[in-house]
Amino acid sequence: MCDSASSNQFVQKLDGYIDSLTYKKENLIGVLHYAQEIYGYLPASVQWHIAQKLDIPSATVYGVVSFYSFFTMIPRGEHVVNVCTGTACFVRGAEKLKGELENQLKIKAGETTPDNLFTLETLRCVGACGLAPVMIVDGKVHGRMNEAQDINEVLAKYRPEG
Amino acid sequence: MKLKNADTLNALKAQSLKLIETRRVTDTVSTKNAQGLVRHVMVCGGPGCHSSGSPGIAERLEEELNKQGLSEQVKVFQPGCFGFCEKGPMIEIYPDNVTYCEVSSEDVTTIVEEHFIQGNQVEHLLYMDPITKERFATNIPFYDGQLRIALRNVGYIAPENILEYIAADGYQALAKVLFSMTSLEVIDVLKDSGLRGRGGAGFPTGVKWEFTRKSPADQRYIICNADEGDPGAFMDRSVLEGDPHSVLEAMLIAGSAIGASEGFIYVRAEYPAAIRRLQIAIAQAQEYGLLGKAILGSDFCFNIELKYGAGAFVCGEETALIHSIEGARGEPSVKPPFPAQKGLWGKPTCVNNVETLANIPAIILKGADWFSAVGTEKSKGTKVFALAGKVNNVGLVEVPMGTTLRQIIFDIGGGIKQRKTFKAAQTGGPSGGCIPTKYLDSPIDYESLTAIGSMMGSGGLIVLDEDDCMVNIAKYFQEFTMDESCGRCTACRVGTKRLYEILTKITEGKGTLEDLENLEKLCHIIKDTALCGLGQSAPNPILSTLKYFRDEYIAHIVDKTCPAGVCQSLLKYEITDKCVGCTLCVKKCPMSCITGSSKKRHVIDQERCLKCGACMEQCRVVGAIIRH
Repeated sequence: MCDSASSNQFVQKLDGYIDSLTYKKENLIGVLHYAQEIYGYLPASVQWHIAQKLDIPSATVYGVVSFYSFFTMIPRGEHVVNVCTGTACFVRGAEKLKGELENQLKIKAGETTPDNLFTLETLRCVGACGLAPVMIVDGKVHGRMNEAQDINEVLAKYRPEG
Repeated sequence: MKLKNADTLNALKAQSLKLIETRRVTDTVSTKNAQGLVRHVMVCGGPGCHSSGSPGIAERLEEELNKQGLSEQVKVFQPGCFGFCEKGPMIEIYPDNVTYCEVSSEDVTTIVEEHFIQGNQVEHLLYMDPITKERFATNIPFYDGQLRIALRNVGYIAPENILEYIAADGYQALAKVLFSMTSLEVIDVLKDSGLRGRGGAGFPTGVKWEFTRKSPADQRYIICNADEGDPGAFMDRSVLEGDPHSVLEAMLIAGSAIGASEGFIYVRAEYPAAIRRLQIAIAQAQEYGLLGKAILGSDFCFNIELKYGAGAFVCGEETALIHSIEGARGEPSVKPPFPAQKGLWGKPTCVNNVETLANIPAIILKGADWFSAVGTEKSKGTKVFALAGKVNNVGLVEVPMGTTLRQIIFDIGGGIKQRKTFKAAQTGGPSGGCIPTKYLDSPIDYESLTAIGSMMGSGGLIVLDEDDCMVNIAKYFQEFTMDESCGRCTACRVGTKRLYEILTKITEGKGTLEDLENLEKLCHIIKDTALCGLGQSAPNPILSTLKYFRDEYIAHIVDKTCPAGVCQSLLKYEITDKCVGCTLCVKKCPMSCITGSSKKRHVIDQERCLKCGACMEQCRVVGAIIRH
């Protein structure tokens, strides 16, 4: 994914952040948030590095990473498509929306398309219940996604032209 | 500028009043007469309106006003949520107090031309009653029966400007607590007010504060629980985004009453806008000497730090939340000891929910009697509900405790979508239950909801209609709790999985009456043996649906049908003799299991049918394809 030069830069950035903290071990979750922001995901090597730097067992780091759904150990695609599965969306057709997205992207929820363009995930409630069912692409909410045509149009905006 | 004492705060308030005086509803003038006055346009920045493009509308308004040379006279603001999400994006114009609904950026030129230049209301953007077709410029029925205490400033002030908060009596309660009340008096006011935790369990807030204060320690902590995990509830988010200073002020009050000098706000990482608003609010409060050392010149010191969640529902449970702040897995621990005795880093800690905190400055300023005059005997004040699902007016409503479900769903909520029949209201999220029609008129408070097998929870209120299968709803919540179970105790880790498996079996038509018995038995075992509140309440959605909708379970098991037509495995699609033989369904069927030639009645091969319903969606002849 990343060459050694940028990887070095990432490590320096991460170390700089950890050094700036007054409390280190206590801020493990904050450190992981920061690391995921720069690396995009948390591979074993990054977890190992954080464990060394904070002087805690790597099992503790892995324990926290695997506990919280926000952290991922698999790289995501260029665009992350999320289906809200909160109750309001559920009763207004979130399952159908998820099925349609799986159909159009030809992947299951939790997977990434072979061209690395889209990752399909689900999340719980973004508070846009008035627009249910909603899908979220790279943080932007698209509401009332009941028709296959509408879903297709939204996805098309994120596909490279031609 | 650091505020040195209460007098400088008051002076700043007096100076800042002009920022919001245009918006005082008591000074409403007609749209014609408002011509020439300074006007404020409030563009709702709530999660719903934001998602449907309100920032773009605000930008377009500013552009257009600028173009017409009106930018000095008409100011555009983006406050928090107005609550009426169904009709978003919404804008409100003061001092003429006119609300426009479902505004798009194409409407901006018309609004500027008609409203601001000509002085006429834009008729087609006013709220229209769906039944009487009457238009409302103001006093929309959605807001009748609502009382805003926790949400008093949300949608009214610009959340990124501390001066607007100060103008709206902000930090006055803090000054009162610091200079004219003892800590015991503060706790007494809270106890007398009857305020109870709005996060779900409903523990009296004043008592919690007293416990924490009484625990001997050299350090105590205040935590604001902003880990709003209940799917379908977004009131805490609206407070954080629309009125972040009220939460900070309440934490300061708590700190001074309890004897804590440090506070944490544990907020979901999924709420980036709320996090940004909190960061701005904290920086402003520091700048004005309302956070940090010698607050308002007193000897009280207090700091607030933000901590981010990482997507774990269980972290809404206070002991799990504390472990998460400590940087560990968010697993709950056995109570006692309660956090009030031994919490964050082993020190006495008071954990309060966002909505609970938002009420506190108002209670301190207006007094316990004022607050306790609202509500029922045991549940005082108001409660914010996130009304969603199959209801006409989806939105955020704040009503006095004791309001009935019927008032919320039919008066405020405008009834059921597409004139369908109400079936149940789901309250309390994954820890709550489904309330059937017969309890529509019972007043809502902590006790009455528990008595009918549901709970207040954080305030999600999802309306279900005739098209919702109650077994499927129970399965949905079970899938949620199974996913979110932290795995610490066996009852919840294994139990919720077994419950989910039994429910899946039933919805697939493979269930037996013995399964139903086991389901009920297991629910009670989990309720009695799970470690934390989340595990103990996980079976509630099943127990309440079993209690009120047992016939639906029986239909799935004995008759192998889903009365609401939801559970796919139990459905059957058939082509009737109304079929004209257009072959549309033949082309659409993903399994190619429909046979029939042009202009002849088609037949579905039931053996191979997936029950996807694609044929029925395609069919243009009413009644040619039926589902049963």
